[in-house]
Amino acid sequence: MIYMDNAATTKMSQAAIAAMLPGMEKVWGNPSSLYAVGQQAAEALWSARERIAACLGASPKEIYFTSGGSEADNQAIISAAWEGARRGKKHIISSAVEHHAVLHTLRKLAKAGFVVELLPVSAEGLIAPEQVAAAVRPDTCLVSIMYANNEIGTVMPVAEIGALCREKGVPFHTDAVQAAGHLPIDVAAQNIDFLALSAHKFRGPKGIGVLFARRGQPLASLIEGGAQERGKRAGTENVPAIMSMAAALEEACGHMAEDTTRLLKLRDRLIAGLAQIPYSVLNGDAVKRLPGNVNFCFEGIEGESLLLLLDDKGVCASSGSACTSGSLDPSHVLLAIGRPHELAHGSLRLSLGRDNTEQEVDYVVRSVAEVVAYLRNMSPLWQEKLAGQRAFILSK
Amino acid sequence: MALYTEKVMEHFRRPRNVGCIDNADGVGEVGNAKCGDIMKIYIRVDNDIIADVKFETFGCGSAIASSSMATEMIKGKPLKDALSLTNKAVTEALDGLPAHKLHCSVLAEEAIRAAVKDYYDKHGIAYDHSKFASCTDCAGCCG
Repeated sequence: MIYMDNAATTKMSQAAIAAMLPGMEKVWGNPSSLYAVGQQAAEALWSARERIAACLGASPKEIYFTSGGSEADNQAIISAAWEGARRGKKHIISSAVEHHAVLHTLRKLAKAGFVVELLPVSAEGLIAPEQVAAAVRPDTCLVSIMYANNEIGTVMPVAEIGALCREKGVPFHTDAVQAAGHLPIDVAAQNIDFLALSAHKFRGPKGIGVLFARRGQPLASLIEGGAQERGKRAGTENVPAIMSMAAALEEACGHMAEDTTRLLKLRDRLIAGLAQIPYSVLNGDAVKRLPGNVNFCFEGIEGESLLLLLDDKGVCASSGSACTSGSLDPSHVLLAIGRPHELAHGSLRLSLGRDNTEQEVDYVVRSVAEVVAYLRNMSPLWQEKLAGQRAFILSK
Repeated sequence: MALYTEKVMEHFRRPRNVGCIDNADGVGEVGNAKCGDIMKIYIRVDNDIIADVKFETFGCGSAIASSSMATEMIKGKPLKDALSLTNKAVTEALDGLPAHKLHCSVLAEEAIRAAVKDYYDKHGIAYDHSKFASCTDCAGCCG
């Protein structure tokens, strides 16, 4: 099996697995208990908090453990919205290409009377800091722009947006689920007020994540109960997963430079190989891009059949076609960068990780080329384009 | 549980009757590119019998499998049998489709009807127009 869907999830690292075991075998107590086995768990929790904070340039008391990236995004946005409403500010700025954890939270707030402004992106999927600056109003209570896009890998100018938000006194949230462990993060230098991350995207366990909330930013709790996480997130902490997440993040950040060098080489080889397929196009920015992300559209075919045939060849990938999204429309991200529906249905995302090799990249290029040719051959859309009865969208 | 039944995957992996028929007696094309599926069926008719049938499909796994199964079911059969083929029969022959994929079997049914209608039109054969609703708008299928 060739796994090239690391943006969906990653295989846990040995270090992350090893770090989880003591949380189950030794420090299995409740961190809120006062006896030794409980206090040992509390110490393990604090240690994880310190180490995660260090990876982000944050202070440990600004780290809140959540069930993952979605919960962290929800809590950050809802907290800033409520605090805004308290001050009579109900305008929120975000982008058209955010993850659904952000977009659906914003949709809920819009129904509750907030004014949500989704900035359009460039053809490469980028937001310019000037767009954000122009959109900020006296009643803006939050700017939420993702660090890196989960589908097309575009890396947003987060530091510039953070600086201007700080200057204008507007809280800045970033969904860093795809960035954490893969791109350098420094919440102090980048003026980030809220940040969400998820452990399973950097070889940690599923079901655990972090909300960073800058000191002084009021937090609303989404889950009521005990006083865990400084009263902002009730429920006994998932100590083994948190210990494992800390190890995974430290490992990812510790090897970031060498991993990036290796991944960039593989990524650009994969992009160059797939670009040889006629009537194909790379989605996202060629340079401001996650080191492991490759996303293409192939004219005349549909993404789900592409994925099924790649699966038969042992290749795990994903697509933004409607049939794979479970909705009638293809990916909102591909539509936002201006791809017509027809092209967006024929998209393929390959996301590289630590275990991928050059041989795998070459095999995937060959496999995709074969499958695309096979599907085009049985596609009336493609045949009609070849016959000149329909226009090609892309150039050869 | 897998997304598709063994039968769907078998027809998807080894689709029957793929291709086109030159100078076909009837051609039917339904669906549209915006929705992400187009099905085109070609028929050759001999004495009111579907002597040959081929298909071309742009679409997901279930669209390709539905085309394959539907063409198998009408090959060598009288035209009236082809016209009475329902999407339900195609779905059952595939041992079922996920609920959100049922429209693919509807497309197969409609593509066959469109091909037969084209045959009638080309050969000046009278038919009841009310029994051939046109399917050019994806709202009806993708809804």
